[in-house]
Amino acid sequence: MNENPTPAPLTARVRTLLFHRRVLFGIPFAWLLLFFLLPFALILKISLTSAVMAIPPYEPVFRLAENTLSVVVNFGNYLFLLSDSLYVAAYWGSVKTALISTIACLLIGYPMAYAMARAPKHWQLVLLLLVMLPSWTSFLIRVYAWMGILGNQGLLNSFLLWLGLIDEPLKMLNTNFAVILGITYAYLPFMVLPIFTNLVKLDLRLLEAASDLGCRSITTFWAITLPLSKAGILAGCMLVFIPAVGEFVIPELLGGPDTLMIGKVLWEEFFNNRDWPVASALAIVMLALLLVPIVLFHRFQSREMSKNG
Amino acid sequence: MVNARGISFSKVMLVLGLLFLYLPMFVLIVYSFNASRLVSVWAGFSTHWYSALFQDQQILSAVWMSLKIAFYSASMAMCLGTLCAFVITRFKRMRGRTLLSGMITAPLVMPEVITGLSLLLLFVQLAELTGWPADRGMVTIWIAHTTFCSAYVAVVVSARLQEVDRSIEEAAMDLGCTPLKTFFVVTLPVIAPALVSGWLLAFTLSLDDLVIASFVSGPGSTTLPMVVFSSVRMGVSPKINALATLIILTVSLVAFIAWYVMRRNEKRRRSGRLS
Repeated sequence: MNENPTPAPLTARVRTLLFHRRVLFGIPFAWLLLFFLLPFALILKISLTSAVMAIPPYEPVFRLAENTLSVVVNFGNYLFLLSDSLYVAAYWGSVKTALISTIACLLIGYPMAYAMARAPKHWQLVLLLLVMLPSWTSFLIRVYAWMGILGNQGLLNSFLLWLGLIDEPLKMLNTNFAVILGITYAYLPFMVLPIFTNLVKLDLRLLEAASDLGCRSITTFWAITLPLSKAGILAGCMLVFIPAVGEFVIPELLGGPDTLMIGKVLWEEFFNNRDWPVASALAIVMLALLLVPIVLFHRFQSREMSKNG
Repeated sequence: MVNARGISFSKVMLVLGLLFLYLPMFVLIVYSFNASRLVSVWAGFSTHWYSALFQDQQILSAVWMSLKIAFYSASMAMCLGTLCAFVITRFKRMRGRTLLSGMITAPLVMPEVITGLSLLLLFVQLAELTGWPADRGMVTIWIAHTTFCSAYVAVVVSARLQEVDRSIEEAAMDLGCTPLKTFFVVTLPVIAPALVSGWLLAFTLSLDDLVIASFVSGPGSTTLPMVVFSSVRMGVSPKINALATLIILTVSLVAFIAWYVMRRNEKRRRSGRLS
């Protein structure tokens, strides 16, 4: 097929081809190394310094004085996080809130994705667009919408008062309930999408076979559909849980003074207290907590990205 | 769940779920035309808040700033994300591939506060060591947005790249096309729809980002979400309702056009196959 009378130019061509490949690979690699991975190393470094009133507000780790390089490492920030019950409570609050919201998203999102996957083909695209559309509008504005609904003089309270179900407005805004509702609402599309893409690929002949063999539909669901959609469920849960743990906007707008979430605490340490080292230590501990979910998600996603290719 | 035509639990949940997703947005739209400031009182139809919105110089300049950043970020993220998707799906044995795919998927789930803080620390250190960036603003937000938007583009594009018929690419190269030309003549037209949807996704993500931009911005570079956030922190504001309505309508319009184009292409493909 390939007639190459002179082999020498071919190796040269292969060599340039390999070189070009390496350049193509190198561009995104270098970008992400510089703007994604290196910053994490810096968080780790800053978390080991102590705060000072200066610009930037932390002490250097490496100091060069009189020709001796000294490395000053300060574990104080981590000890401080452990000793102050506020931070422990904030981590626990974040994980709890994110967990409840993830379960709520799954309970609402799975049946939605199931119905979408069973819908006629020409409906699927419309339904998918309908589910995803809210997430393409503004996140901030969708959270804000609930402020008008849940407030003491908000729509829901006015409605319940009008119905006569309650005599005085219920306190719903600025509670943990509002935060969970807000996270569930904002992240629901991210639960539906991976479950839907998973269910839609499900081999329907398996279900037919099961029903031919006398399986009841509910048994078929538990024995076949649910186990086969495990990957989609896992991806959906990670897509909701991980960002929800670090959520700032929702607890800030819908939460109250007793809402302790780590994203909010980190924000306050950084912007209000200007304590960069403690904020960095908070971020490192949060990352450590999220490491297992992130690795799980990565394994799913990289399998998706390099399938049959 | 066995009866495909009748009413089933999952269908009811789908309708309820869609209502749950759309009712709050619908409320915002209705109340943007309310003459009263209060949510609980309906004081008649008015477009007063829209004219107030268009007279708010702070909001207008923030909109312009956000649009500019979103345009540049989406364009750069489209290039970088596509390149990433391409090398990950095609260069199976390249050294560092695992690390690259890890770095491109992690931003999808990384809490925004961590990404924002880490990038700010990077910019501060870079400024200390090299003098660049001298001050934070549009460029630093652009870099931050490009980085996390690339991840989304890479996911969208790699899904499409897997569907590309490799034999056509191989045929083009057998016929003497260089790999670069093959990419532009054969591969690119096939993955173009994914590039468009990736760009649009990156554009909306950048336009919407509050947390990361707050960390890496400087004085004088206030984006729209920052203005909206500082305003809604104080409580419900009818001007923001009007802004929300405009955003929702714009996104719906773009989604409708996208749906229409996709449906037309689908029909054309089907009729082409039949004839």
